[in-house]
Amino acid sequence: MRTEKIAALRASLTRPKLEEISPRVPLGHPGADFYLKSGLQRGVLHEVFASNGHEAAATGFTAGLAARMASRKHLLWIRQDFSALEFGELSATGFLEFGIDPGRMLLLCVGDAADALRAANDALSCAALGAVVIEIPGKPKILDLMASRRLTLACAQKTVTAFLLRFGAQPDASTAETRWLVRAVASPPLEENWGYPVFEAGLVRNRHGRTGQWVMEWSCDDGLFKETDRGAVVSAPCDRPAATAREAAAI
Amino acid sequence: MVVTKVDNALRLSAVDRKATSLGLAIGQPLANARAMLPALKVMAANEPDDLKLLARIADWCDRFTPYVALDGPRGLLLDVTGAAHLFGGEQALLNRICEGLRAQGFAVRGAMAGTAITACAFARYRDGAVIAPGEEAEMIAPLPIAALNLDPITTHAFRRAGLKTVGQVASRKRAEMTARFGAAMVATLDQALGHGTQPLSPRLPLPDYWKEQGFAEPIATEEVIRATLKSLAAALSKVLEQRGEGARRLEAVFFRADGAVRRIAIEMGVPTREAAVIERLFREKLDTLADPLDPSFGFDLIRLSASRVERAACEAADFDASNNEKADISFLVDRLATRFGSQRILAFQPNDTHIPEAAWAAVPAQYVQPSKLPWKKIRNSGDAPRRPLRLFTRPEPVTLLATMSGSQHLRWRKAQHGVAHCEGPERIAMEWWRHQTPQLARDYFRLEDGEGRRYWLYRTGVVPQWFLHGVFA
Repeated sequence: MRTEKIAALRASLTRPKLEEISPRVPLGHPGADFYLKSGLQRGVLHEVFASNGHEAAATGFTAGLAARMASRKHLLWIRQDFSALEFGELSATGFLEFGIDPGRMLLLCVGDAADALRAANDALSCAALGAVVIEIPGKPKILDLMASRRLTLACAQKTVTAFLLRFGAQPDASTAETRWLVRAVASPPLEENWGYPVFEAGLVRNRHGRTGQWVMEWSCDDGLFKETDRGAVVSAPCDRPAATAREAAAI
Repeated sequence: MVVTKVDNALRLSAVDRKATSLGLAIGQPLANARAMLPALKVMAANEPDDLKLLARIADWCDRFTPYVALDGPRGLLLDVTGAAHLFGGEQALLNRICEGLRAQGFAVRGAMAGTAITACAFARYRDGAVIAPGEEAEMIAPLPIAALNLDPITTHAFRRAGLKTVGQVASRKRAEMTARFGAAMVATLDQALGHGTQPLSPRLPLPDYWKEQGFAEPIATEEVIRATLKSLAAALSKVLEQRGEGARRLEAVFFRADGAVRRIAIEMGVPTREAAVIERLFREKLDTLADPLDPSFGFDLIRLSASRVERAACEAADFDASNNEKADISFLVDRLATRFGSQRILAFQPNDTHIPEAAWAAVPAQYVQPSKLPWKKIRNSGDAPRRPLRLFTRPEPVTLLATMSGSQHLRWRKAQHGVAHCEGPERIAMEWWRHQTPQLARDYFRLEDGEGRRYWLYRTGVVPQWFLHGVFA
């Protein structure tokens, strides 16, 4: 009787822990999950690059990834003052509508990229956080290979996942586990229904697997990325990131 | 000799010892003084600078007791209750304070007594006196009535009545004096005689607990300062733990050997007493100071004081991971707030309004209280977001152009975007009960351009004007 009780208690203590520390988190999109070997890795650095003019889409995609990673833990978003002026302030109701609980979000406003990276390195040592998003507009000199290695090391210690969200920048050498290039996808013409946000996400770098490109829909109600037929209808113009993606993969 | 303008006349406001011996006094018109001594050297008074200097002297005096109050334009009151024995008795403490100030080049007179008024009177007329409790009435009796620092009219009235010393005044009947001069004067007299006391109002808020470390040889190296802070934090945390309390604000005071005093404060979101946390936050703060700690001559005293103390239950690390998580988050928030300022690390809270930009507030995460309002989604389940992820603090004016072919174009930030889809309007009326003048309602539209980017626009005004308020993911 007593041993049973103790066993049950022990199980109740350990079960959520095991769930938390599962090293990979599936995105929900079967194609991407297959290429990522069943999901995005925890406790490493991921990079999301916005295609020119698609900063809001990249914000949404990163928010989705970070929410999947953080699950029930807190999410820290580090943004620079310039970013709020240029690309818009992060809106709590926007996150709520997007399917992320704003009560579990922390927003850190910093002056420049150096402060953002310093804060991120500090925050990544806090195991209570689920994910840290570092939003960096432009190409600051301080964000070099050394800086990304430092971030990777910082995440590895406590299994907090870091996302580097880059606006108006070209991919550069870094220690990121994956690198995504994101843009919005146009709805088919004559479509009446104003659907969920849809992203064209190019996995242009994957340290432990193949690269690919998918059109994903973010399901605001389930908090998952899903397959959609929306991108298929759109004809691929010549300036699509398919070419850019290949270039980026070559670096 | 210093003069200042009172009632449109230049009057003496400070005189030196030599001038006093020649018969000049504070309050005398400058013209009179010049008539008596044509060779006077006169300077204009500079009250703001005097006050600043007095504040710095008060800072220096802080090392003897944190209870320092300003007394008029050129006096300091120190409450040394319970502090005298640390410096070898009352007389020794008084000598030390006066000598310390004299060594810095100030002319000082000091006295110690049971009440502030008595001490002031003796400082003016019997420099260096220490009055034992119970002896006030006897000792103060021979002092002139001016020692009580009453208002000039009352002093003058006593003098005209032939009462020259405090003793003579004290021998009169209280009822007579109350009827003639009011109760306040009698209360002052009673305090001067050692009956009753009036609390001082300290210059700085008093800390609840403090620990300090003095050094025979001033210290200047960073390692020693850090080690000292660490040991002080450990000592302070022991006190807090015994009382079952934690501090929300901690202040480290560095007393430099040359008299300069530097105060560095950190604030915490939750009552804290862990020495390691305190030490870490101070390290963070010292690293990021805009003007770093300058130990040029070295510090001879470092004090760590805790204020805004609150109850904090004693608890072991919790088996419930979510509680430990909360503590971890609040420590992270404290760290970031210490480094970047508490206005920089924010948490979101819902507001009870439907105005898009006011529906939520980003408040400092350190002071955030759990909100009673729930977060309410606007969209129905299965629908796309109805509020944008990124909202412009200032809605940006845009133009919508219709071309001959019937297609529409959005012109925003000098770039044209073809409109592929449009959804709306969603009318949001302003809150008439909040504004005196009626505000215009806004008609919100969701727009998608040819590349799939989604915008949130509104139209307002009698002559419709378009603004871009946000962008969807």
